Formats: sequence, structure tokens, C-alpha cells
Amino acid sequence: MKREVPLIITMVTGLFLALQYYSPHRLSAHIYETLMDWLIIVGVFAIMLGILGLLRQHTDKLKTRERNWPYSIALLVGLFGMVILGFWGQGMGSPFVQAYFTVLNPVQATMFALLAFYIASAAYRSFRGRSVLASILLISAIIVMLGRVPLGEIIWPTVKIGSITIPGVTAISDWLLNVPNLAAKRAIYVGLGLGGAATALKVVLGIEAPHLRG
Amino acid sequence: MAEVHKKHWYEHMLAIDRRILYLFVFIAVLVPALFPFGLPIKITPEVQAVYDRIEAMQPGEIVMFPLEYDPSTAAELEPMAFAMLRHAFSRNLRVLACCLSSTGVSLVEDEIARVAREYDKEYGSDYVYLGYQPYPAIVIMTMGENFRTPFPLDYYGTSLDSLPMMKKTKNYDDVSMVFTINATSGIDYWIIYGQGRYKFPLGLGSAAVMATNYYQYVQSGQLFGIISGLRGAAEYEILIGQGNVARKGMDVQSVAHALIIIFILLGNIAFLVERRRARHLTEEA
Repeated sequence: MKREVPLIITMVTGLFLALQYYSPHRLSAHIYETLMDWLIIVGVFAIMLGILGLLRQHTDKLKTRERNWPYSIALLVGLFGMVILGFWGQGMGSPFVQAYFTVLNPVQATMFALLAFYIASAAYRSFRGRSVLASILLISAIIVMLGRVPLGEIIWPTVKIGSITIPGVTAISDWLLNVPNLAAKRAIYVGLGLGGAATALKVVLGIEAPHLRG
Repeated sequence: MAEVHKKHWYEHMLAIDRRILYLFVFIAVLVPALFPFGLPIKITPEVQAVYDRIEAMQPGEIVMFPLEYDPSTAAELEPMAFAMLRHAFSRNLRVLACCLSSTGVSLVEDEIARVAREYDKEYGSDYVYLGYQPYPAIVIMTMGENFRTPFPLDYYGTSLDSLPMMKKTKNYDDVSMVFTINATSGIDYWIIYGQGRYKFPLGLGSAAVMATNYYQYVQSGQLFGIISGLRGAAEYEILIGQGNVARKGMDVQSVAHALIIIFILLGNIAFLVERRRARHLTEEA
């Protein structure tokens, strides 16, 4: 029963949601809305479980003095600190928002800004034309990088000689993005879509039941 | 006595201290930020489409802005949000906003309130901020039935029914378009669970690095336009004739891109010379 009941619930709900998409009936819409409400409620419990899991993991780290345990203190102080500050409201000027703008905001912005330095260093050290394919990637990357900024159009503009137009870097960059890039993306997305549909079907029909594991 | 190996120029280049590279990047970012030179920016069709769509709307119509990003991507997306909000408010459109990214809620609130103040817009009548709810896919789906399902109260704890703008606004059918400025996986949710199911006109503003994934949806008609990164924001600033944060940023980005390209070329020249020399030595041996 422990296995069969969840499988039946999954199958009934999955089939209903798939068929409901094609039914404009009021009853069907009502059941759909109710299921959406349930989703939110289940989601809230999942967050609670997540927080409990996080707490357990980091308190265990502290107890056993695992490597990098001081970071767990920072995490717990941050977690509880923001929760406590949240009780004083979330509007502009509240302690919660003050903490957000004075701690999280600059920390996140700084972390992301540092990427510019790492990318530049990595580009110099690792982006190499070691093979034909790597060289094609390298040339494409340079063209797209140049084509996405106004400087590119100045350095390498579109030139017209009589009836012949020699495309500039922006035009070539747009072509790279809209033709080879899209062709590859579409192939990947179609594959992903088919794979997702097949997996969903397997779950609904009970052939695979990842939600019953562990 | 062991022969002292004298390093060749390319060996020096390959072993360059990364701090020197960082210094170049720092200078390349700092100089155009302090002394912008105003490079000309061309308007792309995808950005023009977004502008035209807003221009075609009538005053009083509702445009929904899910603004889903956080401080890490704000440098790129905040100028875009400002430009879009300014355009909407200047056209007397009503704005319904939300933020389905947990670390961006206060940031977005601040941005909307600032732009609303610029145009003397009144909260509840001219704009409403729904705030945040977890699980974007679920929230997007439930808003398709009724905004009140995931958001019975707005960000400030007011019942949606008591806000004049929301009285006759039930779900996506009552908004003229949705334009999400997004740096999360929520973009896919808006396309699949939002536009795919409820068929509303959807536009996208995203970080440049993510935008390449979504041009296919413009071609298929699922997105009516894309504003890509700081470049797109700069184009939009030009179209509305307001703001210059993104435009200044494009000077910085231009120089930074040029520097990275120079780094790539120098690194490859040194690498190729070293490889050729190594081959030569092997053949000699």
C-alpha cells in the first residue's frame, strides 16, 4: 500500500492535469485551481523541510568542528538575523531592508563584479585554438564579443562597394546568433522537450517513481 | 655547471602574473567610467519591437512587469527596468509588478517606488507591487487563474480587492502584456507555463549571457521582443530619450570587450609560437 497509493495519486493527478489542458469546462477549471492551491501549500512545507535540513547540516558541522565550520556560524547568524529583522516589517527603511541594502546588495554585486577579472584572466590563459573546432569557437567568440558592443561597428563596419555589401562585425555576430546558435539551441531544446515528456509519461504511468525513493 | 635557461618572450607572456591582467582590467573599466566617450549605439529590431508594443498601448491599460533579478545582475538589468518603467509611466499605463526572485524583492520595490515618484504615480491606482512568493512555476500558473491565489495580499499586506487598480483585474486576461526582466530560470517558466498556457503577449529583458538562449522564441513568435543586457538597455534609453546609465555602461563594456579580445589574441600568439618551437625541437632531436 505504501507504494501503490502514491503511485495511484500520481497517475490520477498527472492524467487529470494533462487532460484538463484541453477542457474548458468550469468543473475542470475549478479542480485545476484547487490543485494549484495545494501546490502552494505543499511548496511551503517543502521550504520548511529545506530550512530544517539546512539547520541540521550546519549544526552538525559546528558540533563536529568540520572543515570550514566558521562559515556555518555566518550562515546561521544570517538566516536567523534576517528572520528576526523581518518581524519589524519589510517596507523601505525597515531594519530588514536596511540589512538587505547594506549587506546582501554590496556582497552580491561585488561577487559578480569580480567575474570580469576572472573572465579576463581565464580568457588570456585558457582560451586557446588548440584544434580546428576550438579555433572556430574562438573566432566566433571574438566576433560575437565585438559585435555586441558599439566599438565593434566602428572597428569593423559594414562596407558597400558598388552593389556588393561586405558585412560588418555586428551583422556577422547577429548571423552567428540567429542561425548556427539557434539551430543548435533548437535541437537541444527539442531533445530536452521530448526527453521531459517521456520522463513525465513514465512517472505518470508508474514505470519510474523517483518521488518514492528515499 | 648547469646551463641557465633564458626565458623567451612567449614564455614570459604565458607565465604572466594574473595581477597584471587584473590591473589592465581595472584601468579598462575605470577610465571609460570616469570619462565616457559616448559611442554611437544602433537600435536592434528586437528592442524596437518592445518599444513599439508599449507605444501602441492606450493609457490606462495594464502592463505586467515580473522583475526577477537580484543585486548580482542589477548592474545590467536595473537600467533596463528603469527605462521600461519610465516608458510605461510616461504613457500613463498602469503597472502590475512582482518579483519571483527571493533576493531581489526589496531592490525591485525600491526601483518601482523611485520611478513612480518621478511621474507622481499613486500606489494602488497607477501601480501595484505584488512582491514575492516561492516556486515561480507554480506562482505563474496560479496567477493565470487568479492573481489572488498566490497573492491574496500585495507586498505591503493590503488585500488586492481593496486596491482600485486590482478591482477588475483577475488574471492575465486583464493585462495587455507581460514583460519580464529576468536573470533566473524563471524565463523558461514564463514561456512554458505562462505564455504557453495563457497565450498573453510576452516580452523578455535578460542578462546578455542568457539572451542567446531565447532568440529562438522571438522567431517562433512566443516572445514579441528581447532586450538583451546592458546593450539592450542602452538602446531603450535612446528610444525613450531618457536615462544614460546603460549608455555610459556601453563605453565601459566596449573597452572591456576589446581588452579581453586583445588578451585572447596575445595568449594565443604566445601559445602558437611555443607550440611551433616545441615541435621544431622535437624534430631536431
